[in-house]
Amino acid sequence: MALTSQSLSSQNLPTNLSPDKQREMLRQMLTIRRFEERASADYLAGKIYGVVHCYIGEEAVAVGVCSALGRTDRIISTHRGHGHCIAKGADLNRMMAELYGRQTGYCKGKGGSMHIADFGIGMLGANGIVAGGISIVTGAGLAAQMEGKGGVAVSFFGDGASNAGPFHECLNIAAAWKLPMLYVCENNMYAAQTAAAATHALSDVAKRAAGYGIPGIVVDGNDVFVVHQAAAAAVDRARSGGGPTLIECKTYRWRAHTERKGQPDPRDAREIEAWKGKDPIALLERQLRDQGELDDAGLQRMEREILGAIEAAVAFAEASPFPLPEQATDDVFSA
Amino acid sequence: MRELTYNEAALEAIAEEMRRDPKIFYMSTDALPPLLQEFGEQRVKATPITEAAFTGMAIGAAGCGFRPIADWRQVTFCFVAMDQIVNQAAKIHYMFGGQVPFPILFRASVGGGGLVAAQHSQSPYSMFMNVAGLKMFLPSTPYDMKGLLKTAIRDNNPVISFESSRLMGRKGPVPDEDYAIPFGQADVKREGSDVTVVALAWLVHEALAAAEELAKEGISVEIVDPRTLVPLDADTIRDSVQKTGRLVIADEAGPTAGFSAEIAAIVTEDAATFSRLKAPVKRVCALQVPIPYSPVLENHVFPDRNRIIAGIREVLG
Repeated sequence: MALTSQSLSSQNLPTNLSPDKQREMLRQMLTIRRFEERASADYLAGKIYGVVHCYIGEEAVAVGVCSALGRTDRIISTHRGHGHCIAKGADLNRMMAELYGRQTGYCKGKGGSMHIADFGIGMLGANGIVAGGISIVTGAGLAAQMEGKGGVAVSFFGDGASNAGPFHECLNIAAAWKLPMLYVCENNMYAAQTAAAATHALSDVAKRAAGYGIPGIVVDGNDVFVVHQAAAAAVDRARSGGGPTLIECKTYRWRAHTERKGQPDPRDAREIEAWKGKDPIALLERQLRDQGELDDAGLQRMEREILGAIEAAVAFAEASPFPLPEQATDDVFSA
Repeated sequence: MRELTYNEAALEAIAEEMRRDPKIFYMSTDALPPLLQEFGEQRVKATPITEAAFTGMAIGAAGCGFRPIADWRQVTFCFVAMDQIVNQAAKIHYMFGGQVPFPILFRASVGGGGLVAAQHSQSPYSMFMNVAGLKMFLPSTPYDMKGLLKTAIRDNNPVISFESSRLMGRKGPVPDEDYAIPFGQADVKREGSDVTVVALAWLVHEALAAAEELAKEGISVEIVDPRTLVPLDADTIRDSVQKTGRLVIADEAGPTAGFSAEIAAIVTEDAATFSRLKAPVKRVCALQVPIPYSPVLENHVFPDRNRIIAGIREVLG
């Protein structure tokens, strides 16, 4: 499929994904949701500290894109990063242990929810600065180009980051150097509390791709097959030396900007409810049922397995030691 | 021994390391001709004028196993990349629990003397010294430049090479054979017994001239060049002050919360050194102003050998 500036949004696209792969996508999306429901509950119970940003409602983006990648391809994430970690294959135990601030966490308790990374699976980290990851992962794209093994790199970022300098600077340099990049804008319509409608001159971030001479496409970010198809085409283009693609996924976060109690959420309750009606997980379930590839028993089994894995992750975290205070001075520098 | 300029010594160190290690590549808004000629566009990349992007890209490439050199050219140009430097490069290894190293060399010229006014003249290294997770150095001779750059390129951390604009064309002996100068080792550039002068870069040379002048009067000046700012060799500085009992700090930057303040602190907070002080510590720094253009103004702002001499006389009482 030739990629041009266009809009993809169909619930009935033919898919060449095997039923097993489709069920795996559902499993990942459900895992993200259940993981975050538990993280939110444990945060409100005081077992997880600082701040937690939930991805619930946007699961189809991370899973749709990462399902088009190989293990050695690299991604970078945002402050709202649990979904990208899980979709890239991160270990739930080490993720939960990091949220719990334990020694066994991905970052040995130095990062928390906003900074989970797993370089072993090409997850170059959640980044707490809006647009902070874009230039770093563009460097991963440069590394992939210099390695010459056909690797690609993916930048996940939000509509808020698309107004920051690094987005524009990196799209330009990636286009000029034909870097094997996907820039995936998760447009959930709000930069923290501020509506994109009030801060963007154009309704579609993807239209900005024209300014850099690269394809920019808008997709229904709640339809995992549509996201996957767009990502797969962009990955093909990147691997074959065609350069970067900007994919804008229209989606919505169900929860407030963070899990903190009592924070203002200026969004209209009807808007939130309307988007819950477009639940990406329910959509995928329907699509699988329509194909005869999922039934109640199968779904219940999947739910039980996911909840079991999350219970195990919490048990692992709770059984893990906190860091020793003096470990605060470890790892400032590498040996 | 053969002589190279400060700038030639830097380029020689980089070229030798690039020959040794194919993972090293160079990014800058203009490709340096001798490097481009030898290593080609694949390894010597001319970037758009986008320090924020290529600084961040250096971090990402380093995390993927490369050893990038990102040349900001003038230090003032890197201020548009402060997020990438301070929030990302400095913190990424620690914040992610030390998963992978981030070997990056950043290069930046510092100082004044070029009559190019405030946005092209600054010595802001103390801003970066204040950030945990960055190593940095500021050499005063071609020999130190080459040896410190070798160490920097082989280090597995983000390192900033601050390079004095005033010294770029200054010649000095550089041996043919390979050598590296470890970080955290100050160099006593002149031994003396009456007063210690801790100086950086161009002011090392001004301090040497001041010492020559004062030697005629029988005043013996010891000059300590820290060379590395992070890690800082506190021991050599304290040992010297314990010997002489007097300290003058000369810096091309302003005094406020600066390198000079840090040197004063590490000397005075150490009981063994403090007890040997015979006079208050004296700082000879630039005035705390943006660097002005007109020669009359610029000369007034920067310290020089005469102000160092005045500072020494003050602590001698």
